[in-house]
Amino acid sequence: MKYAGFIDGSYGVTVVFLLGIGWLTFARYRRAAKRLRAVETR
Amino acid sequence: MSENTLTAGRMSKTGAWLHYFANPGRFLRFVRPALPWAAAVSMALTVAGLVWGYVFAPADWEQGDAARIMYVHVPAAWVAMSGYAMLAGVSFFSVVWRHPLADLAAEEIGPVGAGFTFVCLVSGSLWGKPMWGAYWVWDARLTSVLVLFFLYLGHIALIRAFDNPAHGYRAAAILALVGAINLPIIVFSVQWWNTLHQGNTISVSGGAKIYITMLYPLLVATLGFYLSFLTLVCARMCAAIMERRTRTLLVAAAERGA
Repeated sequence: MKYAGFIDGSYGVTVVFLLGIGWLTFARYRRAAKRLRAVETR
Repeated sequence: MSENTLTAGRMSKTGAWLHYFANPGRFLRFVRPALPWAAAVSMALTVAGLVWGYVFAPADWEQGDAARIMYVHVPAAWVAMSGYAMLAGVSFFSVVWRHPLADLAAEEIGPVGAGFTFVCLVSGSLWGKPMWGAYWVWDARLTSVLVLFFLYLGHIALIRAFDNPAHGYRAAAILALVGAINLPIIVFSVQWWNTLHQGNTISVSGGAKIYITMLYPLLVATLGFYLSFLTLVCARMCAAIMERRTRTLLVAAAERGA
């Protein structure tokens, strides 16, 4: 594939961003739900 | 009179439905059950769009395989602009009605929108080098998108810049509203000025100027990016509401104990 480095770079940045923000959001959401449950049942 | 009748009566007033659904507790009740489904669908569409564009879509007759960058660049650009339009919308809602859910939405839209704008800028730059011979040119379209990125960063910083959070939300809302002027500049920059950036390939009035074998993966990726953006923002808003509720409960418990 011609220009493979540029194409892979573009897709790489996109995938890293989507996975990164997805994981951070999921971790924050799970932590918030867990803490709220713990406080509510205390 | 039943509670449903009363609610329907209240909702029939102009704008009342906005307040009804803008209640944080109600938002959490409506959105939380839908989040796993929204995440699954957005992930499936995004993966399908990206794989389709990267592997199966045909190379462009003029740009060759470099045109594959379009399947990440264009959806990211559209989401970046729509995200800012949404930010301006909730900021208007915040300034006019001072609703806490609007402030919360603005706070969570900022980082996600900035991320998509960053992806748009980087992928565009990586397309520019083989096509134009330069990673960056001070072209009207590129510069206005860079301004959009700085507006997002300014919004993120401003919202956290005050000891009193209400002041931060107000200042950031005004910045978001003023910055919305940049959106038509981005859209029409390729018509108003002689830009190196190509003109609009797809428009609401003019239809699509690309063949369906390239249009379909682009639309699938775009749908995936839009849904991912909405899912991320809603999940972050739910997390923020739960964090606030936890804080309130802990403060109440501490006051009771004091």
